[in-house]
Amino acid sequence: MDQVLGNIDLLFQFPIVNLKIILDGIMIGALFALAAYGLALVWGVMNVKNLAQGDFVIAGGYVSWWLVQHGFPPLLGVPVAFVVMWGIGWVVYKLVITRVIERDLFTSLLATFGLAIMMAQIMNLMFGSDTQSVDLGYPTLHFFDGFIDLPIAKLIGVGMAMSLAGGVIIFMKSSRMGQAIRATAQDARAARVLGIDTEKVYAFTFSLNSAICGAAGAIIVMVWVIQPFYGISYSIRAFVIVTAAGLGNLPGVIAAGLGIGALEQYGSHIFGIGYQQAVAVMLLLLVLLYRLIQQRRNRQVLK
Amino acid sequence: MSKKKITLYASILAFSIIAPFAFPDFGTQLATLWLMIIVAITWDMTGGQMGYNSLGNIFFYGTGMYVAALITIGLTYDIGDYTSAAGGGIYEFTDLEYFGGMALGILGAGVFCSLSAIVIGSLTFGLRGPYFAIGTLGVAIAAGELVANWDWVGGGQGIALPVYPGDLDTGKTFFYFLFAAVGIASFLFARWLYGTRFGAAINAIRDDEEKADAMGIHTLRYKLYTWSMAAFFVGMAGGISAFQLIHFEPLESAYQTINLGIFMVVCVLLGGKGTLWGPVVGAILFHLFKEITWNYLLGWQWVALGALIVVTVVYFQDGVMGWLEHKRPEWFGRKVEKKVVSVSQ
Repeated sequence: MDQVLGNIDLLFQFPIVNLKIILDGIMIGALFALAAYGLALVWGVMNVKNLAQGDFVIAGGYVSWWLVQHGFPPLLGVPVAFVVMWGIGWVVYKLVITRVIERDLFTSLLATFGLAIMMAQIMNLMFGSDTQSVDLGYPTLHFFDGFIDLPIAKLIGVGMAMSLAGGVIIFMKSSRMGQAIRATAQDARAARVLGIDTEKVYAFTFSLNSAICGAAGAIIVMVWVIQPFYGISYSIRAFVIVTAAGLGNLPGVIAAGLGIGALEQYGSHIFGIGYQQAVAVMLLLLVLLYRLIQQRRNRQVLK
Repeated sequence: MSKKKITLYASILAFSIIAPFAFPDFGTQLATLWLMIIVAITWDMTGGQMGYNSLGNIFFYGTGMYVAALITIGLTYDIGDYTSAAGGGIYEFTDLEYFGGMALGILGAGVFCSLSAIVIGSLTFGLRGPYFAIGTLGVAIAAGELVANWDWVGGGQGIALPVYPGDLDTGKTFFYFLFAAVGIASFLFARWLYGTRFGAAINAIRDDEEKADAMGIHTLRYKLYTWSMAAFFVGMAGGISAFQLIHFEPLESAYQTINLGIFMVVCVLLGGKGTLWGPVVGAILFHLFKEITWNYLLGWQWVALGALIVVTVVYFQDGVMGWLEHKRPEWFGRKVEKKVVSVSQ
């Protein structure tokens, strides 16, 4: 308890610490927001809640890591992970997801949970259970007498995450496929009537989600570490963000992603690093409770 | 009850009593099988019969473990001293302290879990469908993480309980019968419950909660009672596990969200959701599958397990009982009339 109070006190005595925490949080949050955006897409378009989201992220990280091990430049990992994970997402869609779209939501939740277990274990068998990372070899900038460290690798990572998110937004707004996806999300039956091949749209959306996650993973492996079983924590965060922001609310997803990144950093600063996972899960519960109270006011429930 | 049924029940009971003596090498596996049966039956109370798919029932298992262990230790020693010694200190338990503490601990675990189900349920039962599943999963994960950081109960190290005083093989049989007793009790309880008005009410909640509410069923109260009954049995099973395992730690053995927490759901889906025998059949099949893959597919066992989950959920969701009911309706007391094709001319 004393330690917790001491940590809070530190925040007031050295306001610069706040800046450091918020910067770290925004950098992490930008990557959470990517995974969460993919989830919101799949959730909104085909009503599938994908619990294997985090494992797609980790798989993308391993694609990039494998490339670097075989002598390719690290930045190449991001586009390659995007393409490879697109293919894996398509296979997963054809094998499993296409059969759970019409079912109740618990079915998709459980089926993707099984998928998550399989993927984590396959990665464990292929790459071992050690944590891995890729070193870009760029220096670290220091500000405020070394209070704030800013590795250039992280800046590059955040920049790539932002340009990827921007690219997806423009794609959804202006391309024919993006329009078809949005039409299917609004009313799948009407879209079918108007001649949109919804099966194709679903396959495309799920592959796109998987590819976004893969690219996010390739960025994560450059700035932090990955491990086969880290997937579940990214899945949980993606759920927190989407539940907080609501579906189809893209700016909301990004804002919630950045906010949750910052809140989590505050949590682990105040309570200690051992509580980081607990803070993420508690945030999920708080968001659910908040939404529940909101709904109850209108005599509705969270469905 | 018909004569056939009595024979069936009697032979299953007889087999359960003989099993640990007939297959002494499999004592622990058989005990674990009863554990799977208990958690599957209790999961089906809310999941199959009431339509609330919880992924957090493992919370009661882990909490049951901790409550039982803490009661047993607390009756004799100071808990803080005991856990900070981390099994290094010398703490002797007499037979009375061990068995008395165990009895009180296991019962206390059941009662505590019942009460905590009411507290957690009153917060989470407003959530429907997948939100309820995610919310309860969150509760279980959060509980595990918090307990792992709580030094008074041993932190990430967990708790080491005293070893069974006496012969090791007798101990195995002893725990087998404890699990079997709770398992039979939960089965008989569920069997009785589903035949009552209460059972009809929770089925109504599953089929259409708004209409059930409109019919004057106090849905929240029914949901809370059902979950707390389920939690009672799971808590007791957790308490027994604590003594059987001797040493347990929070994330891998107590709040094992992605192991037992998900296995129980798969058991029920494999056997048939919302049926009395489904969870039992599913638990037996699943346990067999798990033991075989763990022995012969080492390394790939988790992949096989994930594949089993996906295949069960996607292709075989009615489970064994649902399939049987479709193929042999007369076994379920359903009369099927042969389709009479009348051709009007």
